[in-house]
Amino acid sequence: MNFETTIGLEVHVELKTNSKMFSPAPVTYGAEPNTSTNVIDWGFPGVLPTVNQGAYGLGIMVALAFHAHVAHDTHFDRKNYFYPDNPKAYQITQHEVPLARDGYIEIPTPDGGTKQIGIEELHVEEDAGKNTHTGQYSYVDLNRQGTPLIEIVSKADMTSPDEAYAYLENLRKIVQFTGASDVKMEEGSMRVDTNISIRPIGQKEFGQKVELKNLNSFNHVRLGLAYEEKRQARILMNGGTIRPETRRFDEATGETVLMRVKEGADDYRYFPEPDIPRVQIDQDWIDDIAAHIPEMPDKRRARYINELGLPEYDAGVLTDTKEMSDFFEETINDGADAKLASNWLMGGVNQYLNENKVDLPETKLTPAHLATMIQMIEDGTISSKIAKKVFKEIITNGTEPRQWVEDKGLIQLSDPDQLNPIITDVLDNNQQSIDDFKNGKDRAVGYLVGQIMRQTHGMANPKVVNQLLMAALKAR
Amino acid sequence: MNYLNESLTSLHDKLVNHELTSKDLIQGTLANIHAQDGDIKAFLRTDDERALEKAAQVDKDGINPQDVLSGLPVAIKDNIVTKGLITTAASKILDNFKPIYDATVVQKLNDAKMITIGKTNLDEFAMGSSTETSAYQMTSNPWDHTKVPGGSSGGSAAAVAAGFVPAALGTDTGGSIRQPAAFNGIVGMKPTYGRVSRWGAIAFASSLDQIGTLTRGVYDNALLLNAISGLDTKDSTSSGNPVPDFTANLNGDIKGMKIAMPKEYLQEGVQPEVKAAILKAADTLRSLGATIDEVSLPHTQYAVPTYYIIASSEASSNLQRYDGIRYGYRAKDVKTLEDVYVKSRSEGFGDEVKRRIMLGTFSLSAGYYDAYFKKAAQVRTLIKQDFDDILKDHDLIMGPTTPTPAFGIGEKVSDPVTMYMNDILTISANLAGNPSASIPAGFVDGLPIGMQLIGKPFAENTIYRAGFAFEQATDFHKQTPNMEGDAAK
Amino acid sequence: MIEKKQVEHVAELAKLSFSDAELDHFTSQLDEIMKMVDQLDEVDTTGVEPTTHVGDLVNVFRKDEAKPGTPRKELMENVPEEQDGLIKVPAIIDEGEDE
Ligand SMILES: [Mg+2]
Ligand SMILES: [Zn+2]
Repeated sequence: MNFETTIGLEVHVELKTNSKMFSPAPVTYGAEPNTSTNVIDWGFPGVLPTVNQGAYGLGIMVALAFHAHVAHDTHFDRKNYFYPDNPKAYQITQHEVPLARDGYIEIPTPDGGTKQIGIEELHVEEDAGKNTHTGQYSYVDLNRQGTPLIEIVSKADMTSPDEAYAYLENLRKIVQFTGASDVKMEEGSMRVDTNISIRPIGQKEFGQKVELKNLNSFNHVRLGLAYEEKRQARILMNGGTIRPETRRFDEATGETVLMRVKEGADDYRYFPEPDIPRVQIDQDWIDDIAAHIPEMPDKRRARYINELGLPEYDAGVLTDTKEMSDFFEETINDGADAKLASNWLMGGVNQYLNENKVDLPETKLTPAHLATMIQMIEDGTISSKIAKKVFKEIITNGTEPRQWVEDKGLIQLSDPDQLNPIITDVLDNNQQSIDDFKNGKDRAVGYLVGQIMRQTHGMANPKVVNQLLMAALKAR
Repeated sequence: MNYLNESLTSLHDKLVNHELTSKDLIQGTLANIHAQDGDIKAFLRTDDERALEKAAQVDKDGINPQDVLSGLPVAIKDNIVTKGLITTAASKILDNFKPIYDATVVQKLNDAKMITIGKTNLDEFAMGSSTETSAYQMTSNPWDHTKVPGGSSGGSAAAVAAGFVPAALGTDTGGSIRQPAAFNGIVGMKPTYGRVSRWGAIAFASSLDQIGTLTRGVYDNALLLNAISGLDTKDSTSSGNPVPDFTANLNGDIKGMKIAMPKEYLQEGVQPEVKAAILKAADTLRSLGATIDEVSLPHTQYAVPTYYIIASSEASSNLQRYDGIRYGYRAKDVKTLEDVYVKSRSEGFGDEVKRRIMLGTFSLSAGYYDAYFKKAAQVRTLIKQDFDDILKDHDLIMGPTTPTPAFGIGEKVSDPVTMYMNDILTISANLAGNPSASIPAGFVDGLPIGMQLIGKPFAENTIYRAGFAFEQATDFHKQTPNMEGDAAK
Repeated sequence: MIEKKQVEHVAELAKLSFSDAELDHFTSQLDEIMKMVDQLDEVDTTGVEPTTHVGDLVNVFRKDEAKPGTPRKELMENVPEEQDGLIKVPAIIDEGEDE
């Protein structure tokens, strides 16, 4: 029996705001427990929510980036459930009319084409706090409580763990380019839950879906789903049935483990949040946000190829992260040649990031310094050998390159008035080489250049030296 | 001292003229409460030390004649949070709960230099019409100690009627200010939904709750409402509608005022003597130049079930935060988290609260939402439309506040449906959001009864104008309980 | 007609527990209340929009500006059990709810 797989993903992304979704408490990461909270986050008797306009706007922006239709008339709903990290015992979310519906994300297919994965809906809501457990007790930190989230629910359009992986990569990239979130799985600003079912090929009805949670990286998503595909197939092949379960991925074993069997549907008793008036989004606000959405990676990629003349490969690498792409654009705006800037970012910069396991913003490198360095290479102020030294200096210490090169005396010797006496001197002392050259032995030139470089302690501009030397030789 | 022969304005004048100091006033107030409240049990606690400190400060600073409430005592219903002063909503689940912030209304009264004397009893979480569901004590009606003071703001109403304080704040979700005001022979105003910030009012039903004012007379009531009204950015449902001076134009002139009297408000359930008193009140208003038309509010009979579904649904969600984890009562000897929840809640809530949580949870649960919550929300639309239609060409709607005067303690508490029907006349104004007040309108069997006036949204001033004119033309508000509590007049 | 089993289920959702006698009592009271509520069936609400908020307020937003939180010491004043700035509860066994 052969099976086909159906996968749907629910992604939660923390929106990058100053304050929380329904309270003005600051949004922080890694702060001391319960120091970024207020009476609203704690659900004290008598408190009331207020809606963060900035968060709602970012929600709309993300929805538009996924080509979704924004709801003009909506409201917030309460989702009721008890849990220690959920102080009101309800989450304020959008249930009846989500912020937006019917979007999509394009992913590449193995044959070089693309496939659209549908987005069922997107809605904004508040995050919960965090529980930690030791022994007989759990401990609650409410700092995260109320952080604005956007939940992105895909359609069950994915048919393999690889497609799920590609969907997540593009989702992350697109959200990152909107600037709405850091989308870092490791910091919890992006979280993924999955649903997976399999059915015999040709069967019309979907198989029983299983929920897979506790996925800490895209790779775990792929591995966990792949494990589930096999586990479910094994059960069906042996004549068993799939139970409605929630399972988690175990990093150590690479297997999925049962968390609980779902008995009946959850009963969250949703109803419209009475403490918040309706939200009516007019087209003007949507248009205004649409006009301010940062350019998306696919558009940037096309522009790099068509307008800047970069190879496809370069354009792809440069638009892999918003950080890299923004850095690249600023570097060329500061006067660097596009291809040279691309070479440096893909080469020296990436190598440095990999070797030191850091992200671009954590280095001291600025687009202006990189641009200056590239310009100095271009105009012959420094040699490419010296450039390597300069680069190390500007990325580790953030030093202004032009001044540094001057201070260190690393400027190439390109002035003919300074070079010509040295050349004359070398030629005067190497008649044999001149003769060799005249007799057609090109090697002699290399020897002479080497002598000149030695005289200048390697600081002579080889290109200029070559020109002047040839002229001098011909004149002899 | 008591306030049976005083008003906020008469007291203010005495303070300004140095006939009294605020400290005298607060000392006298506290002494009287300590001496007399043993019979009434209107207060859950008083705030003696801080009240006296504040009074001394007011005396020291001197009273500005413009600060009409400065140095005067006020009582606060115990479901309105007061920083540093225990606030329980009359529930064991908030036993010893000490708020760390002030409700906006409390902040505003503090800014007006009014002095909080103490916190008054109520039905647990304001769920009730008799103050009998309080987890702490039974409050008596000052007019007859065997009768309930009404509810849920029974403590506030009784405190004013007994002369303990000249003014009190209450909350009104389905009549909880107006019904006790009627039962106690005082003025109670439930303002328009959104007129007064709910920040710091312990939520019962968020789309219905409104803080309001209880005083012996109309003018005082308007004065107090002036102080607590207005937009509050902490409450998204509070309105930016301009706040007029509610005491302006209280001149007894209501010529040309068009008043509607719904026939549904005088049907069977209404005791004949109550009906007679209201018809007589209508005559009085007519004699003052108003016209009274009989009208129909066809969906009135559905107000009670609509209300109980909506209020209980919202309450079931609002009261989930009482889980024994962050504040309030936590059951002892609990081993598991589930125990913390279930035991704390089961031991902490009283029966009426549990009943409403159960009703609300049921109405919202899978498979019942459309038939109950949604259906009630639709009927609510029709009830609101009834009001809108009538108030298109009338200034006010009038009727009795309650079908009967105060009933006996213990009489209805075991029969929820009968108890709920007692609210039939007051509930619609909450469902529709309109302002509504109860004005003393007579006595039945020696017990006071109230006339209810319902206005257009944000037209509290129209209610006050009519109420004031009626008060001038009658002497019901001048009657006082004899404090023996035997309803002898 | 409300059945005891339904009441039990609702109690579970509401995190309340009742003795058997209480359960019987609540079942009959809830049943009586629901009978009153069933009057609403008489009302034709076809095409009637539900009212969940009164007044005509829409789009009440707060600017995205952070204000300092409430001091932890104050927040902890009412906490039954606390440890190192965290709220302490008996261990959570179940792994939590969806977000
Ligand atoms: Mg979800
Ligand atoms: Zn969610």
